[in-house]
Amino acid sequence: MMFDRPLLRFVPRGTKINFMRGRFIGLATSAVLSIASLILFFHPGLTLGLDFRGGIVVEARTQGPADFNAIRAALAAQHVTAAGVQSFGGPDDVLIRLDTPPDSEPDHEARTQAMVDSVRHAIGTLPGAQVLRADAVGASVSKELFRNGMLALGISLLMILAYIWFRFEWEFAVSAVVTLVLDLTKAIGFLVITHFEFDLVMVAAILTILGYSTNDKVVVYDRVRENLRKYRTMPLAELIDLSINETLSRTLGTSSTVFLAALPLALFGGASLSGFAWVMLFGIVVGTSSSIFIAAPLLLLMGEKRLRRDARPPVRT
Amino acid sequence: MMYYSRLRMASVIGVCLIGLALCLPNVIRQPMASLPWRQIHLGLDLRGGSYLLLQVDMNSVTADRLRGLQDETRQTLLKNSLGYRNLTTTAHGVTFTPRTPEEAQPDLKALRAMPMNVPGEFKVEQAEGGQIALTLSAEAARQRAYDAVTQSIEIVRRRIDATGAIDPEITRQGDDRIIVELPGISDPERVKNLLGTTAKMTFHLVADSAIGSAVPPPGVEMLPMTDGQTKLPVFSHVDVDGADLTNASASIDQQSGEWAVNFTFDSTGAQEFGDVTRANVGKRFAIVLDNKVIEAPVIRTAITGGSGQITGGFSAQQATDMALLLRAGALPAPLNVIEQRSIGPSLGADSIRAGGYSLAAGFVLVIAFMALFYGRFGWYANIALLANLVLMTAILSLFEATLTLPGMAGMLLTLGMAVDANILINERIREEVARGRSALQAMQAGFERATGTIVDSNATALLAHVMLFVFGTGPVRGFALTITIGIVTTLFTTLLLSRMLMVRWYARTRPSTLPV
Repeated sequence: MMFDRPLLRFVPRGTKINFMRGRFIGLATSAVLSIASLILFFHPGLTLGLDFRGGIVVEARTQGPADFNAIRAALAAQHVTAAGVQSFGGPDDVLIRLDTPPDSEPDHEARTQAMVDSVRHAIGTLPGAQVLRADAVGASVSKELFRNGMLALGISLLMILAYIWFRFEWEFAVSAVVTLVLDLTKAIGFLVITHFEFDLVMVAAILTILGYSTNDKVVVYDRVRENLRKYRTMPLAELIDLSINETLSRTLGTSSTVFLAALPLALFGGASLSGFAWVMLFGIVVGTSSSIFIAAPLLLLMGEKRLRRDARPPVRT
Repeated sequence: MMYYSRLRMASVIGVCLIGLALCLPNVIRQPMASLPWRQIHLGLDLRGGSYLLLQVDMNSVTADRLRGLQDETRQTLLKNSLGYRNLTTTAHGVTFTPRTPEEAQPDLKALRAMPMNVPGEFKVEQAEGGQIALTLSAEAARQRAYDAVTQSIEIVRRRIDATGAIDPEITRQGDDRIIVELPGISDPERVKNLLGTTAKMTFHLVADSAIGSAVPPPGVEMLPMTDGQTKLPVFSHVDVDGADLTNASASIDQQSGEWAVNFTFDSTGAQEFGDVTRANVGKRFAIVLDNKVIEAPVIRTAITGGSGQITGGFSAQQATDMALLLRAGALPAPLNVIEQRSIGPSLGADSIRAGGYSLAAGFVLVIAFMALFYGRFGWYANIALLANLVLMTAILSLFEATLTLPGMAGMLLTLGMAVDANILINERIREEVARGRSALQAMQAGFERATGTIVDSNATALLAHVMLFVFGTGPVRGFALTITIGIVTTLFTTLLLSRMLMVRWYARTRPSTLPV
């Protein structure tokens, strides 16, 4: 029967790749990438999205290719100034950005809202143009959204730490969370380079990456723990290598399915979801490789003495 | 591990069938009114509409209370024949200087006996320099905001219902906020204006004697006219309160041909209105809406019928909206819009299309991958994947959850992650086969060993997304909800359904080698 046996195989049976020999290269590469990401984070920094920056974004579709001068003139007629007008997506789509009044002014929230209406009126004066989306987020709300987003990130990391700590020994938990933090910095670096806007949806993407990455580490760790019981005298480096090789087929299989699931979203998901999906794709690659090249070497460094303590031959008296 | 009782099989299949039945409301019409018919709602980002976040203007609530407190203080002191100087309101309270230092103790005693809206609403103390200060507590301020929101929600709902909006959702958020969701309304300007008006209407006599004087005498306020240029002195005392209105409607005035708002008082209001107009024929009576004078006509005769008319040079829309606001009642405090998101219907349709295609394409890719790399067991995983999609849809329908664009992304990722459990089991079986185990032993070991890993890896993902649901806002919650539901359905479909398919196949064919 054609569908009975698998037609393809990902990883040849019984690989014996010596991953731990390259552990310092892996850690060094990761450290360099993460430091570079941190530098990027401080300069030029993340492109904050509307959620976290506050302000006004209006997406409009014009009849025929957008005439930027006409749009600017229409905005000026409604006394809307300092508006950034740019094209996005197709040639007839425009994005209009406005900054909110400084929050030192007493009625800044009301004025922010009034400005959206002015932009709408301006679009209304252009023949055939329509507003696709209009968002206005006041300064107080954006600060709050940012705080909540960061809180969700922080607490998730802590919960993951607590769970792995509860299920495994502490070496596992610490190396998993250190790896996750390194993954996180790289994702931030990716966001800076790609100029994807950092907003609530991106926080969701990053949390999903962290969840996926943890999942991947748990699978490898689970096997390490199993092998620790099974091969009581094997050196830890060899044992970790064995565990990675045994789970390699699964690691690559699962990352492929998640990658395949997210790929169409990145390609056809539309403006609002493709950024999210690209970050996901990046995260899948980073999360999968960090299980092998970061989390496992870290476990080796931290657990070399302790995890193999009971493996020493009994002392004769 | 390798045995499924009939009961167990029946219940697994039963759950899948129930899931399938629960999905039906999303695709076909309700056949009978008596049948529960729950379906997934499309989020505003998919169907178009507006989201408004309103915040009660606490400054105004506090200012109102402080004015009241100042009034009560004055009356309490007068009632006890105590004197005062420099009675003013500060940011958080009221201060005054006692007439003589000896009166300070009686002042404190009298003021501490004043009734409070909530226990511990304010405290009365003597400050340095002999001044007496009444200070509102922060706790009471929060309580007032909470109460203001409770009252406002009802009025907001009445106002929005009156505009004919379909399925508006009005919910409280936190202590001092209201979320208004308006499906299908992609330009919320009118609603925003309606909600931005307090619509507090009062009737005051005009202080004609004070016209032209720079500083109004005590008890008289200078209020702006609606034209925004001139100001009119009116007595602060409210003669008739608009809260006593029973009805208001817009119509064209027969004589002038202008738009006008007709209103009717309840019996209390009609009585008061009659009394005031009877006693003040020939004087001007100001109609004040939100501290602006709409008009100040001269009272020609006593109006005893309990109804009246306002003409203020309205447009048709203005007259209709004003009648609507008067009917719905005044807000206890102004509401400020602090966040607004609106999506046009065409963008929503684009999003559904893009999301739908991506979902379908991702699904097909995953299915093809599993079939190519895992053969027969891969197909079983695919059947489980389909059941997973059905069950997710069923649970979302049952909760009448709102599907947003990030929610669709969540479904897609769940499907990608769902096959992980099958991959774990299959890889384990492969390993066991490679070690030379028999088909039965290999499958048994595969299920046993993989289960712990599956539970561990899903538990961590579950934790991350429950956190996201708790702390997230708006569309992110939809994403977290779908993934959380997805993890639960995944555990069911992989640990029970796809395993059952594998076990049944084994029991039926008793193969000597496994297709791995």
